[in-house]
Amino acid sequence: MSISLNNISKSYKKLKAVQDISFDVNPGELFGLIGPDGAGKTTIFRILTTLLIPGEGTATVAGFDVVEDYKEIRNSVGYMPGRFSLYQDLTVEENLTFFATIFGTTIEENHDLIEDIYVQIEPFKNRRAGKLSGGMKQKLALCCALIHKPKVLFLDEPTTGVDPVSRKEFWEMLKRLQKKNITILVSTPYMDEAALCDRIALIQNGEILEIDTPEAIVNKFPKTIYNVGADNMYKLIQSLQKYKYLYSVFPFGEFVHYTDKRDSFEVADLRSYLEKEGLVNISIEVAQPNIEDAFMELAR
Amino acid sequence: MKTIGYIIQKEFKQIFRNKGMLPIIFILPILQLVILSNAATYEVKNIKFAYIDYDHTSTSRALVEKFNASSYFNVLTDFPSQEIASAALLRGEVDVVLEIPNNFERNLLKEKTADLSITINAIDGAAAGVENGYVNQILQTFNKDVKTNIIDTSKKPVQSVAIESIPSFWYNTTLDYKTFMVPGILVLLVTMITLFLSGMNIVREKEIGTLEQINVTPIRKSQFIIGKLFPFWVIGMGLLTIGLILAKAIFNIPMEGSIALLYAYTSIYILVILGMGLLISNFTDTQQQAMFIAWFFIVIFILMSGLFTPIESMPKWAQLITEFNPIKYFVEIVRMVMLKGAGFTDILPQLWKTMLYAAIMNGLAVWSYRKTI
Repeated sequence: MSISLNNISKSYKKLKAVQDISFDVNPGELFGLIGPDGAGKTTIFRILTTLLIPGEGTATVAGFDVVEDYKEIRNSVGYMPGRFSLYQDLTVEENLTFFATIFGTTIEENHDLIEDIYVQIEPFKNRRAGKLSGGMKQKLALCCALIHKPKVLFLDEPTTGVDPVSRKEFWEMLKRLQKKNITILVSTPYMDEAALCDRIALIQNGEILEIDTPEAIVNKFPKTIYNVGADNMYKLIQSLQKYKYLYSVFPFGEFVHYTDKRDSFEVADLRSYLEKEGLVNISIEVAQPNIEDAFMELAR
Repeated sequence: MKTIGYIIQKEFKQIFRNKGMLPIIFILPILQLVILSNAATYEVKNIKFAYIDYDHTSTSRALVEKFNASSYFNVLTDFPSQEIASAALLRGEVDVVLEIPNNFERNLLKEKTADLSITINAIDGAAAGVENGYVNQILQTFNKDVKTNIIDTSKKPVQSVAIESIPSFWYNTTLDYKTFMVPGILVLLVTMITLFLSGMNIVREKEIGTLEQINVTPIRKSQFIIGKLFPFWVIGMGLLTIGLILAKAIFNIPMEGSIALLYAYTSIYILVILGMGLLISNFTDTQQQAMFIAWFFIVIFILMSGLFTPIESMPKWAQLITEFNPIKYFVEIVRMVMLKGAGFTDILPQLWKTMLYAAIMNGLAVWSYRKTI
């Protein structure tokens, strides 16, 4: 096992940040922690990167215990905190050299690992890190986390606040790194990114709801989902919430995702109800469930 | 070693790229030294002096003339009555009012004694004390004159046996306040700048989040701390150098003792301050918090350092507190070495205490520094 958590709990005074968390990450796996803000993702990261001592339970990273062998862990993991945390007043190259030096290595030594990321920021290597765009900052931070050839990479919400194009690029980079035999634990509040992981853990209020591959989690979804659309979105949701057979309704882009309590559901029934409510341009069609639906269902 | 070297290099780069910080480090201290040294003096000059003369005799006029001749007093007006003088005092138009009663001269001649009334505005207690001293000095010389002039002319045998003391001020023969203040202010600058910078520095890494990244690296606590603090040690020594040059060039302060000794002591003293700065940043989360705490200590340390008010005149308990004040030792040492030419053995007691202080402060700071949150 590359990462292994056994019944980890941590409280900040009375607040229970994470409770009884257990999961394993296989070597070379891209594992996602998916959950809303405040779910306890960062706490798990801090425990695994030895910044925080767990209240209860044990955990190992790359075979080392997070409490006993914290020194070995610091040598063999790369960590990218959620907030950009490089020196804004140092240049790209200086930041990279700095982290290489404190890990006792050089940029040249592990150049092959960061090469395809570094070429993208190399034209700006004499620019101060604070003057880079959000996407560039992310790439630099990733380079700095990789400079010492870590066995395990921890990425805490790496794409929060990054534009969609850069986000896509970033995930492609992760996929490539995975091929170089680096185990990656990544957290994200974006459900669409979850589908890109090998396996995911859905987490809420410090507890794990489900651990599986993204496909399996979606396939387990018990209901049929309907995309319902109408002219007046707000009124549509209000009307659906009053509908007696309603099971769940969530806004989803330009539609709402609707599930019904009954096993035999007639589209016509719902249409006539909505027409009676005074809605126009009603469209109802079956939709594929996704991770977000699964999360909402599990979080009920 | 390579790691420490690179951290130091990085730290210097950051200091010199910080456009707001550079002037604070180098320009402000120089300005402070020049301005404060000229402004901070115990002398009170241009005292606004007024008198009420009910006597109108040659003796009373001679007395007023004495005040007029003094460079400390500006004789403004004579008031016709006590009420008007009091009103002027209340409005702050005059600082000192001398009231010469009726029959002043006659009493002096006949009874060999006469009363005068002095009213001093004591809103500023320190200034009032100094003014009182000046007034007494003038009255004493006047007394002597009266004895020789007036009483002698009355042909009475007077045997005045006066014991006169002529003070001789050692180590600062002319009692020049600048000679006394400049070394003290130099201490203040070295202390303030190094404490603020070191106190805010590690906290800054906390604030911008880089500390979290650093803590996950295998870097050792000692490497990081030495790398972070060494640049400020260098800056502290640099400030001392600038200050000493200015003291010589602008104020012509004597340098009786060995400069090497002063540097040796300062190099240990700065360790105390850096340890204190590190301790502050360990217990704070933002630069503001660190700044406030650093200010709090600096103000107490300065006011209880003997820099502006002599420690000997403090109450016993306060004197006891000053024993824990590193600035006090530095002020003593700087004055001793620069003005008195004190040697190594002379400063040994202070040196020991400072070394002990440095060991305790840095020990506490390193012990309380945690790589975990």
